Amino acid sequence: MFNYLKFIRTRNFPHIWCPGCGDGIILKALIRAIDGLDISRDEAVMVSGIGCSSRTPGYVDINTLHTTHGRALPFATGVKHASPDLNVIVVTGDGDATAIGGNHYIHAARRNINLTVLLYNNYIYGMTGGQCSPTTPRGDRASTAPYGNIEPPFNTAGLAISAGASFVARADVYNVKRCEKMIRQALEKDGFSLVEILTPCPTAYGRRNRMANPVKLMEWLRDNTVPVQKWEKLSPEEREGKVRVGVLADTEKPEFTAEYRKLIERVQGE
Amino acid sequence: MSVDRSGKVKMMQGNQACAEGAIAAGCRFFAGYPITPSSEIAETMSRNLPGIGGKFIQMEDELGAMGATIGASLTGVKSMTATSGPGFSLKQENIGYACMAEVPCVIVNVMRGGPSTGMPTLPSQMDVQQARWGTHGDHSIIALVACSAQETYEQTVRAFNLAERFMTPVILLLDEIVGHTTEKVVIPDQSDIEIVSREKPEESPEDYLPYRETETGIPVLAKFGTGYRYNVTGLCHDSTGFPTNDSEEIEKNIRRIVRKIEDNRNQIIDYREKMTGDAEVIIFAYGSVSRSARSAVAMCREEGIKAGILEPTVIWPFCYNKVRELAEQVNTFVVPEMNLGQMAREVKLGVEGKAEVVSLNRIDGEPIKPAQIVEKVKEVV
Amino acid sequence: MNDEQPASKKPAVIRVNGSWCKRCGICVAFCPKDVLEINEGNLEVARPDDCIACMLCELRCPDFAITVEKE
Repeated sequence: MFNYLKFIRTRNFPHIWCPGCGDGIILKALIRAIDGLDISRDEAVMVSGIGCSSRTPGYVDINTLHTTHGRALPFATGVKHASPDLNVIVVTGDGDATAIGGNHYIHAARRNINLTVLLYNNYIYGMTGGQCSPTTPRGDRASTAPYGNIEPPFNTAGLAISAGASFVARADVYNVKRCEKMIRQALEKDGFSLVEILTPCPTAYGRRNRMANPVKLMEWLRDNTVPVQKWEKLSPEEREGKVRVGVLADTEKPEFTAEYRKLIERVQGE
Repeated sequence: MSVDRSGKVKMMQGNQACAEGAIAAGCRFFAGYPITPSSEIAETMSRNLPGIGGKFIQMEDELGAMGATIGASLTGVKSMTATSGPGFSLKQENIGYACMAEVPCVIVNVMRGGPSTGMPTLPSQMDVQQARWGTHGDHSIIALVACSAQETYEQTVRAFNLAERFMTPVILLLDEIVGHTTEKVVIPDQSDIEIVSREKPEESPEDYLPYRETETGIPVLAKFGTGYRYNVTGLCHDSTGFPTNDSEEIEKNIRRIVRKIEDNRNQIIDYREKMTGDAEVIIFAYGSVSRSARSAVAMCREEGIKAGILEPTVIWPFCYNKVRELAEQVNTFVVPEMNLGQMAREVKLGVEGKAEVVSLNRIDGEPIKPAQIVEKVKEVV
Repeated sequence: MNDEQPASKKPAVIRVNGSWCKRCGICVAFCPKDVLEINEGNLEVARPDDCIACMLCELRCPDFAITVEKE
C-alpha cells in the first residue's frame, strides 16, 4: 500500500475525471515517483495549462499553478528561470502542448530548460467535448471529425527530440510501473525532460471509436505498445499500428538555467 | 559590474529610462519579444540584469513573454515585459490572467499606430482604451502614462510600486516619441526612491487563505517556495484559490478584484494641473501630447486666452472627479490626442454635460503641434 | 513474505473507498486472480482469499479508491 494521502488535497476529491480516465493513474505514478526522490513539497511547483490533464495541480499538495490554454511552459519557464532552486513539473495535454502551445513546446525543448513535462496524450480534446487534436490518429472519429480524421498526427515525442530536449520518453497507463519509472528518470534529469503518457479517454475518444468501455482502451494500450528493445527487432510490417514506448532520448546537453548562471558569473566578473 | 546608477545625470532614450527605472524599482526579471518601437527596453534589460543577478529571457512570442513574467512574479521576483500594439494585443489573455490571479507585474506598451501592424515606427495613443478593456471579462486595471524620458523613469518605479501594493498587473503606456527621444534624465539616489514590495502572509501555512476577503480587498500572496502550498488559477475561485462553481463565491471574488482598485482610486489617480484656477478652457492632454499642450497653454496666455491644462499621469482609473470639478468652472475641454478621441470619451463622461468637450485628433503618425492646439482653442473660446 | 505463514492466511487486505470509486471496471478486468467484481453498481472484493498482493488494482485505479494492504 502506498500512502497517497500525504501528497493529495483530499478536499478536492473525488476528482473531476470521468470513470476510466487514465489521468488519475498518471497522477498516482507521479506521486510515487516524487516520493522516491526526496523532493521537498514546499519547493516543488506544478504548472499546467487548460484541459483535463491540466486539472491535475488542483489535487497535488505542492505549489500549483493552473494557467491559460497552451501557456504552461512559458509560465513554468518564468518560475524556473526566476527561481532555479524550485523543482518545476509541467502537466499538459496533447491539444494544450502541441496545438495552441506548440510554439512554446518546441522552444522550451530547444532551450533545454530544466522542466519535467508530463504530456498526457489521450488523442482528443476531452474537456471541450471530443474535438480532434494534433495527435488524433488518421481515420479516427471526433466531434469535429464526424467522417473520420483526414490529418496525419504529430509524433509528439519525436518533435521534442528534434527540438533539442535532453530526455524524452513515452509511457502508457496500462504499463503503470514503467510509466512511474519514466517519470522518475525525467524528474532526475537536468534539462527539458518529457514523458509522453498514453492515457485512455473513454468518454470523448473511446465512445466515438468503438472503445467506450475503459477496459477496451486499456487493452488497446496493452496490445499495441512495444518497448524500445523489442521494437528494434520488429519488421516495418510488424511495427504497423504499434506504438514504441520507453526512453527514446537521453543525452547530456547544456541546461538553460545553468548556462544563465554562468553568464551572470561571467558578467559580474568583468 | 554592479554599477551604482544613482545620483547621476544621463542622456538616454525613454525606453532606456524605462529599463533603468525598472531596475531601480527592484525588477529582477524581464521576459520579452522583439517589437518596434519597444525593443530598446528588452535590449537594455538584457545588458543590465545579469550584472545585478537578475534574469532576462527572450521568449518565442509575446504570449510566452507575458506568461513567463507572471510565472516569475509568483516566485516573488519583480517582473516586467515590454511590447507595442500588436504584441499588446497578443498579451491580453495573460494580462487577464494576472488580473484574475492577482499577480503583480508591469507591462510596458510603447504605442505605435494601428490597427494591425499599422505604423511600427510612428507614434500614436491608439491603445489607451485597449489598456482598460483589452482583456475579456469584468476587471479593473491600473494604467500610467509618461511624457518624457525623466517621467518614464519615475512612472516605471511607480508602476512597480502600484503593482506590488495592489497585487495587480500595471500597464505603462509610452508612445514612440517618448520611447525614442533621447533627453536628459536625472537619476535619483537609490535611497531617495520609494520602493513598495508585496506583503508576506502573517498567518501560518495551515491557516493561510491566499484570496481571503480583506478590508482593502488586496490579497496577500505568498511567494512560491516559502512553505505556503496554495493553488493559483485563472478559473473563478474562492478564498482558497481552488476553482469553484459556487455563485456566491464567484461574485464575491470578482467584486473584490474590481473593488481593490476602484475603492482605492483616490490613492492611485494622479494628475498635474497648471493655470486651471482662472481658466475658461482646459486642455486635457497626456503622454507626449501634453508637452505640446503645455506650450499651447503658454501661447494662449500670451494672447490673453485663459487656458489651463490637466495632465493625467494615471489614466486608469480615470480622474472623473477632477474633470467634473473643473467642468463646473470652465466652458470647454479641448482634448488633443493621437487617436480618434479615445480619452475624450472619458472626459465627456466626467463633465456630465456641464462643459463642452472638443476633440483634436491626429492619426497620421505625426505629432500634434502646439499651434494646432492653439488654433482649436481659438475655435471654441 | 514470512515462510512460516500459514497457507490459508490471505496475503493482503483490499480496501475500497466507495465514495471515490467511479466503477470504471479497470481493476476488475485486469486482476490476474479475478478477485474483484462490480455488483449492483458497487465494487466488491468478492474473492479476497485469492488475492496474491500483486498491487495492480491499486496501481491502476484512477480514482485513488483502492488500497491493498499486505498482511
